[in-house]
Amino acid sequence: MKRLGIDIGSTTIKCALFDENGALIHKSYERHKSKISEKMAEVLRAVHSVYPDERVLLSVSGSAGMGLSTDMELPFVQEVYATRIAVKERFPETDAVIELGGEDAKILFLSDGMEIRMNGTCAGGTGAFIDQMAELMNVTSDDMDILAQKREKIYTIASRCGVFAKSDVQPLLNQGARKEDIAGSILYAVVNQTVGGLAQGRRIEGNVLYLGGPLTFFGCLRAAFDDVLGIVGTCPENSLYFVAIGAAYSSSSREFDLCELADRVEGYSSSHTYLGCAPLFSSKDEFYEFAKRHNEDSAGICTLTEPAERMYLGIDAGSTTIKAVLCDENGNLFRPLYTPNSGNPVPLIKDYLEALYRDYPDIHIAGAAATGYGEQIISSAFHIDHGIVETIAHYTAAKHFCPDVDFILDIGGQDIKCFRIKNGAIDNIFLNEACSSGCGSFLQTFAGVLGYSVKDFAQLALFADAPVDLGSRCTVFMNSSVKQAQKDGATIENISAGLSISVVKNALYKVIRCVDPAQLGKKIVVQGGTFLNDAVLRAFEQESGREVLRPSVAGLMGAYGAALFAKEKTKDGERSRIVDAVALANFKHDVKAFTCKGCNNRCRLTVNTFSTGEKYIAGNRCEKPLEKKSTETRYNLYEDKLALLAAYRKNESVEGRPTVGIPMGLNMYELLPFWHTLFTNLGYNVIVSGESNHKLYVKGQHTIPSDTVCYPAKLLHGHMEDLFGRGVDMIFYPSMTYNLDESLGANHYNCPVVAYYPALLKNNVRFPKDVSFINGFVGLHNPKLFVKYFTRMMAGYGIALKPTDVKRAAEAAYGAHHNYVQRVRELADEYLEIAKRENRRVIVLAGRPYHMDPEINHGIDRLITDMGAIVVTEDSVAYRAGRIETTVLNQWTYHSRLYSAARFVGQCKDLKIDLVQLVSFGCGVDAVTTDETRAIIESAGKLYTQIKIDEITNLGAVKIRLRSLFAVLDS
Amino acid sequence: MAKEKNTASSSHVFSPPEFTKEMKATHKILAPDIFPIHMELIKMIFNMYGYDLVVLKSRGKKVIDKGLEYIHNDMCYPAICTSGQQLYALSSGEYDPHKCALIQFQTGGGCRASNYIWLLRKALHNMGMDYVPVISLSFTGMEKASGFKITPMMIAKAMVAIIYGDMLMLLRNQVRPYEVNDGDCQRVMEKWFSELEKQFLHNKGLFGKAFRKNLEAIAKDFHEIPRKNEKKTRVGIVGEIYVKYSPFGNNGLEEFLDSQDCEYMVPGVLGFFQFMFDNKQTDYRLYGKSFKSAMISRAGTSLTNRIERTFVEVLSQYPEFVTPTCFENIRALGDKVIGRGVKMGEGWLLPAEVAELIEKGYNNVICAQPFGCLPNHVVGKGTIRVLREMYPNANICPIDYDAGASRVNQENRIKLMLALARDGESVEAESGVAQ
Repeated sequence: MKRLGIDIGSTTIKCALFDENGALIHKSYERHKSKISEKMAEVLRAVHSVYPDERVLLSVSGSAGMGLSTDMELPFVQEVYATRIAVKERFPETDAVIELGGEDAKILFLSDGMEIRMNGTCAGGTGAFIDQMAELMNVTSDDMDILAQKREKIYTIASRCGVFAKSDVQPLLNQGARKEDIAGSILYAVVNQTVGGLAQGRRIEGNVLYLGGPLTFFGCLRAAFDDVLGIVGTCPENSLYFVAIGAAYSSSSREFDLCELADRVEGYSSSHTYLGCAPLFSSKDEFYEFAKRHNEDSAGICTLTEPAERMYLGIDAGSTTIKAVLCDENGNLFRPLYTPNSGNPVPLIKDYLEALYRDYPDIHIAGAAATGYGEQIISSAFHIDHGIVETIAHYTAAKHFCPDVDFILDIGGQDIKCFRIKNGAIDNIFLNEACSSGCGSFLQTFAGVLGYSVKDFAQLALFADAPVDLGSRCTVFMNSSVKQAQKDGATIENISAGLSISVVKNALYKVIRCVDPAQLGKKIVVQGGTFLNDAVLRAFEQESGREVLRPSVAGLMGAYGAALFAKEKTKDGERSRIVDAVALANFKHDVKAFTCKGCNNRCRLTVNTFSTGEKYIAGNRCEKPLEKKSTETRYNLYEDKLALLAAYRKNESVEGRPTVGIPMGLNMYELLPFWHTLFTNLGYNVIVSGESNHKLYVKGQHTIPSDTVCYPAKLLHGHMEDLFGRGVDMIFYPSMTYNLDESLGANHYNCPVVAYYPALLKNNVRFPKDVSFINGFVGLHNPKLFVKYFTRMMAGYGIALKPTDVKRAAEAAYGAHHNYVQRVRELADEYLEIAKRENRRVIVLAGRPYHMDPEINHGIDRLITDMGAIVVTEDSVAYRAGRIETTVLNQWTYHSRLYSAARFVGQCKDLKIDLVQLVSFGCGVDAVTTDETRAIIESAGKLYTQIKIDEITNLGAVKIRLRSLFAVLDS
Repeated sequence: MAKEKNTASSSHVFSPPEFTKEMKATHKILAPDIFPIHMELIKMIFNMYGYDLVVLKSRGKKVIDKGLEYIHNDMCYPAICTSGQQLYALSSGEYDPHKCALIQFQTGGGCRASNYIWLLRKALHNMGMDYVPVISLSFTGMEKASGFKITPMMIAKAMVAIIYGDMLMLLRNQVRPYEVNDGDCQRVMEKWFSELEKQFLHNKGLFGKAFRKNLEAIAKDFHEIPRKNEKKTRVGIVGEIYVKYSPFGNNGLEEFLDSQDCEYMVPGVLGFFQFMFDNKQTDYRLYGKSFKSAMISRAGTSLTNRIERTFVEVLSQYPEFVTPTCFENIRALGDKVIGRGVKMGEGWLLPAEVAELIEKGYNNVICAQPFGCLPNHVVGKGTIRVLREMYPNANICPIDYDAGASRVNQENRIKLMLALARDGESVEAESGVAQ
């Protein structure tokens, strides 16, 4: 009897039919667009039409086939297991299989102890991810491969999850990096994701098979895997069909009549139910009333048909769209532009201006302003007069529609921005973190995946009877939730409505962290392209229980605000510097990429040169490559602390002494002076691992067992590998449940990661035979007991130390630590003194000791000093406030410092001092500290700012955030 | 009466009310459903002492949403679930919030879970329910609450209740998959719930011979349930203490395993208490921390070890049941994987339990953990490599639970684990035939 295997994956349905002799006689591969039962019936009928009157042995596999086969009692094979069956059958010599699918990534190790790895709930670097990126770049998925072939440079793109990568790719596009290089970089990110996330300490070697869609279609992706793994893998014939083949071969297959089964499947409707919420509109009338109300909101401002005498231009080069508009003295609109930026805003603005000059050669542009991610590149390219921070632009525009607005929510393509307004100034800003980008592009992506235009998709939502409750999580999770809803029989209408509701919930509960929607404000203005979607607008009104104002130009508010700003700034009779028609006709734009060697960051820069004589450099983390010498001295305690530690990182060796290696990570950023001094005094050479950078990270990433841990911890794997190359006899990195006791809290714990990462390294890093690893438990909190317990711990590793020697060395070590702490405090004292004298702004950039690593903070400290402020650290000022009362359990040494530093900031009445908190992505303890630090800061009437950082951080967003902060502080 | 608001300069600080003596008579104490079986028994002990403890059974999206609304969304999932149940109860109209107190069980220590109480209080503050007292039930330093006094006797009794819970859970898990008559196990469970309640009310069945007699009778009752003679795939469940036991936390993991034709084993709750006692002694040994608490916890260790011995002795009369490994041996297994100083969260106990399960024939182990659980990076996913080296046949599957994680994804991974397990089983069966 013939055997049929059907693989229903997240996006496609595949089938493979074998005859009695084991020959593959029929196969098919199609997208199912979530219409699973219809498509499956189609596939069965197609087989039947070629081979009528046949009964077959059949099995189903694939993540989307699971529910269907359970309900219909069809034999089911788990898909990874199916792959294994197929590989065993057809390529028994295989050592490892890498299979990428629509939303899954898998590695199968077949030889030497079989292991199977699947991507976790937080990992999206797969086919859907490549599709998303292609869409972002406005190319087809196939083009990605063609582009990637011509790559010259690889940019680092976050390989953890799609949302992160997106926020890396967008700025690259905006800065004008070559699409070829970006495409290549995206494919390398997929490789890093797979290797980093799934290999988990096991090397991929030997005969390797590449399976699944992306690896079949993208030669460059295969080449990238070959390159990174140092192997030559094969992509076999029928590489798309291995799951289906495995299902066909499965021993669980049962006999079916194709026609009969097709009928049954078609008539199938899921027996499951999903959770629904209230419909957006209970009746058409309700919708009409809603539509009418919102149409009335924007009365008073009209769109001109001819330009007025003097016009002001506003351009908002946003992350996914570019907006431009002109306005007259009264704020009336003219020639609005709203278009996807397709990765490069420059030619779009050029076209806009050209058309404008052509249609109205005599137009008088009195002033122009730009805002958004692309503000600088647009300003340089076209000589725009003013730049304005995005947030201020939006407020300016909102104020125009509603002078007493007290809350603005803007959901754009990639950002969510919320501002609370108090006394006519922005009082509080909330921006979405890189992880929760449930914004416009999110709806766009889902519409695309499900085969609709955004507009049609939104329309579907309005009259959905029971919208799916999808929660408020990031896109990757949402993919699975949508999958689940489809499985449970949710209609497209209800999914669309559910997604709109989830965007709103995401904004309210994740970004604003709103406890009670009543606290939002009385006059709420909503704007941003996403709110043009009536379903989102309605969902927001429902969820917040408020009627809100959506201006007719909701999608253009940034540009409109910029235009109004230009109007404000322009004096009578002035004319804008903007390039004229002649200059525009000769406009040229060149892009070059190179690596800046100015400092250790080795930034990948893109240099844009314009025929207007301007140059624009992007990708830099500091002002160095811009050759703008800062006129003022920089006071940056982050750099000072690094310099203090550098004294212990000279790695000088004395011949004949044993060598101990110290990995420079986590608490070593504070304890290095202690351990270095201790071991030097005990007669050891001390070798410290090198500077952190991405290359070092990649070197160790294959030994990371849990990819959701924070980046500072993950870097340690690289530091271990680094030490192996430095000829050390042993590596010393003790486990420390307890930190130093500074009497700032109820206890003095380390967080579980800082405390026990050495134990994790011991269990996951492969140590060379001649290197021992000392990772026992030590506490420094009690100097009196230290000698005894340290000596005992070392003895456990066969290292006999004389207590008297240890006592002497420990005295020196505690002294070194004390001096270091003292010096840091003194520097802070000096800086605060200078700040007072010169009336300069001070930012307490509060995080953890390891946040001083430039690879971890991405140069945010220097961004702040570049803006003219003095940067001090949390540990340098915490002691001044002492232990404070908190509403959370204050028991971790590093975190106690945050609270005390926050209190100190609140207490300083004679200084322009504020706090910015750095939060590493994945830091669980910061789920506790951030709200508390915010409460302490806000109770003192100050602004709280939080910056989330990870492996890659979108400095563009950080800049906007900091500039907004400074703009608010200065106003 | 709530105390006067703190007048210190720190305006963000508020003073939560205390659970007073008067409240004991007037207030219900709402508790999250942490260990479904054990909570029933613990409730009986509380009732014995005059506390009106209510174990909240509410589940579902609405409860989670309540949690997400008031607890930081990046906080671990158990915080969202347990606080969600309590906050939902207060706002559901079913209880008079002015006549309610909340209770949270705290393990303390360096894990962020030690903040649950505080976050719950913050949530109440934000809900405008400052007047609801929150009772902390913790091993490491109780908070002051004049109306809530836990005597050593009460602790001892609660410990006994936990043992009964462990016994019932252990036997039910081993018998139910094979029962010939559906519901036999449930009947035995119910019989014992009411029997124990009766005994507890008369202060009986708690210690000594009566205790042993009860355990023996329970074992006998399960032993007598007619069972099918078939082999099911054996799955062990370890992980973070809440999601490991709570069906609400783990999306009905046990029910799913039932539907997949498995027999599962979840190590008992007692082990966690033994682990906590052991930690205090380790703190003294490694860092010279408090000698006094080391001594007190040593008494705890010897008490629990003694109870455990009874437990094992009773069970070993029935060779068809898998008997749990005694704590000292579990500890020895843990030592092969990770240092005993690793004590935050489930600490070294987690990999030790994996090893124990594998040694008892549960090669397939699900490690259930909240997404982003900090200790689990180290003791969960971080130990799998070593455990696989120790036990090449180990089939360990970490599963993340979270408000946003989808069930399909979780079940798909478990199905993969089971497919591999059954593959291994069929290989074993084949070689068995060949011999």
